[in-house]
Amino acid sequence: MKEMSRIVKTVTNFVYGFIIIFGFYIIAHGHLTPGGGFQGGAVVGSAFALLLISYGSLNSKKFLKKDILSLFEGFGLILFIVLGFSGLGITFFYNFLANSGGWFGNAAVIGVNPGNMNTGGVIPLMNIAVGLEVLSAFGVIVLTMASAAEFTKKKENS
Amino acid sequence: MKKIIFGIAFIIFFSFLIVSAINMRTFGEPTYSEMDDYFIENAQSETGANNVVTSVVFDYRGFDTLGEATVLFTAVVGVVALFRGVKK
Repeated sequence: MKEMSRIVKTVTNFVYGFIIIFGFYIIAHGHLTPGGGFQGGAVVGSAFALLLISYGSLNSKKFLKKDILSLFEGFGLILFIVLGFSGLGITFFYNFLANSGGWFGNAAVIGVNPGNMNTGGVIPLMNIAVGLEVLSAFGVIVLTMASAAEFTKKKENS
Repeated sequence: MKKIIFGIAFIIFFSFLIVSAINMRTFGEPTYSEMDDYFIENAQSETGANNVVTSVVFDYRGFDTLGEATVLFTAVVGVVALFRGVKK
């Protein structure tokens, strides 16, 4: 995939940071506002795809590393499973941190209210784990397919 | 002959579809709502999250989300295995 024109690259430089920050905001506020791990991870993955398309697959190898992303993907899934097994004293996927007073352990105010970040028990941690997994999954798929397309084009030309 | 059989079967199934669409309950009035009422009443106090949808997805139906995450992981493994021999 060749790199695109200077206009596209300049606009990408302005925009991609905001897209990534917005995705992480959706992941972190999954227990208060609409959204969550899957949706925020998809937003961050779209930022990766934008970077890849505007810079081309050869140039974007410098700042999008496939090995690190696949490492993060396995780490996210393992963190999610470990959090699911941690509540096994009562049931599988039991919310053992909710209303306990510690990490994310404050009780929520009942009724319609804007919400407190420090509530939700194990739900924000699971959101972060799933978000990490989804964003690196999108990144790995896009990067692998781009390098495969490059390889096929080179093979056809030779 | 085949076309006639398929046509008769299609007409029977289509009439079933029409009858069930006519007999459907009015929109927005579910017949059983105990589950929904329980989630709306108790989700905030039990899980501590303000977003009831997220508390259903990650707490009450956490096993389903585990399956979704595993499906995504399997898709990535499949894509990487398919293009395994491609270097650069």
